[in-house]
Amino acid sequence: MESAPAFEHRHFAHCESGVLSSLFTHHGMALSEPMVFGLAGAMSFAYLPFMRLGNMPLIAYRMSPAHLIRKLPPRMQVKYFRKRYSNVGQAMTELDDFLANGQVVGIQMSVFFAPYFPPEMRFPFNAHNAIVIGKENGDYLISDPVFDTVKRIAADDLERARFAKGLLAPKGLVHFPLQMPSEVDLEPVIRTSIKKTVNMMLHAPPFIGLKGIRRLSAKIGVLQKKHDPKYIRHFLGHLVRMQEEIGTGGGGFRFIYAAFLQEAYQWLGIPVLEKASNRMTAAGDAWRMFALACAKAVKRKDDAVDLGAIAALLDECGEVERECYQLLKTLKKHKTVQPASIRVPSAACNSRGDLC
Amino acid sequence: MKKKSVPQDANTTYDGYGTKVVYAVDEAGRYDRVQSSGWEVEEIVLRDVVDDFQEKAESAKQRALSGQTSPIEYYMHKRYLDLAGLAKGIGIAKWRVKRHLKPSVFNKLSPSMLQRYAELFDIDVKQLTHFKEVL
Repeated sequence: MESAPAFEHRHFAHCESGVLSSLFTHHGMALSEPMVFGLAGAMSFAYLPFMRLGNMPLIAYRMSPAHLIRKLPPRMQVKYFRKRYSNVGQAMTELDDFLANGQVVGIQMSVFFAPYFPPEMRFPFNAHNAIVIGKENGDYLISDPVFDTVKRIAADDLERARFAKGLLAPKGLVHFPLQMPSEVDLEPVIRTSIKKTVNMMLHAPPFIGLKGIRRLSAKIGVLQKKHDPKYIRHFLGHLVRMQEEIGTGGGGFRFIYAAFLQEAYQWLGIPVLEKASNRMTAAGDAWRMFALACAKAVKRKDDAVDLGAIAALLDECGEVERECYQLLKTLKKHKTVQPASIRVPSAACNSRGDLC
Repeated sequence: MKKKSVPQDANTTYDGYGTKVVYAVDEAGRYDRVQSSGWEVEEIVLRDVVDDFQEKAESAKQRALSGQTSPIEYYMHKRYLDLAGLAKGIGIAKWRVKRHLKPSVFNKLSPSMLQRYAELFDIDVKQLTHFKEVL
């Protein structure tokens, strides 16, 4: 049968967290995007000047691509299917088989070969995530979380998108939940995931976490010693591009993480979570101020950029984030005030309607 | 970010492509998804990169037409690739890609190698072999 199963397309901020939220919810475990993002420990920062993208250093505001797909299922006790292919034909045939069986399928794809993307955004970026939900007249129906509505993609475009070569090549990755648990105690998952994020942001080696932010601000402060104004503008623009990846709202995922902390507070009832959420919202706003200052410098094409002021704005981001993590470090001293478990209704245990 | 502060700058990039979602707080401080037509800041930095690649592509086009570089350089910039990204995408060493930028080497490339470039660039092989005519 070649039509879309009863799947509800949802519009999210970010691709990987949006896909997992959609997939888990479709299979009966209603996890919001912020919960997915937080529980998978996706929040991060890295400034890796020794890894170059063009002329520019690698800056990341989240963990590496596919981190959420790998980490979330075991933490939520979900039996999960993941497969990559070397044979393109086999990959496309199996996709059709999954769809014919009523399965919706998470995929990794290149946005370069996705005609439904705005032309200026069709970069050779291979680590985008979406869900294939059906097939109609030879086209595939895609629930891409960063778009408002379901999209269509021609079969040969999908093939090229799934098998694009280069950095972070998708290799036809498919994934979806196989079996949901009937109930999961959220408290340990929330505590552990927060602990991991805090440790990384506060105590990871140089270039990672808050140390990475410090290093980057120091670098910004001395850019004019080695580089001409044109490079400096490109550099600042690059930082903002990495930060303004789809859905972060300029906050570099900080708003999504603040939303996670807020939801964690709703689940566990521990006040320090709410305080930490407020700090993280303030951090997101600080990142936006930084992005605005960088963009102004880029737009004005002004050769005399106040790099000291921009570096100070970045330092502010680091300091506000530090306040959040210090608050979260005290979480272990507090007990929850209510049980916090997420249930999966038995009627929705898998997409075929079999009982758990 | 407050809901009422979520920018609705009607970015040209999104024109006809819908909205994007960001997370913002309402008056009571509760987070929710909010649709946005874009933030001017994103548009500025995206334009900066796109314009830079356009400039490089235009310069490469002129040099390819006058025989100083091969069409590969033009399409590389057109597709927002750099040398390392192109090499990784094709699956050969950077030094070999560099050689292919020389017209004398490019003109001797095998059909299969040309096909690999064409596939990566999402173009027809003719756009490489008959660059002057096709442009």
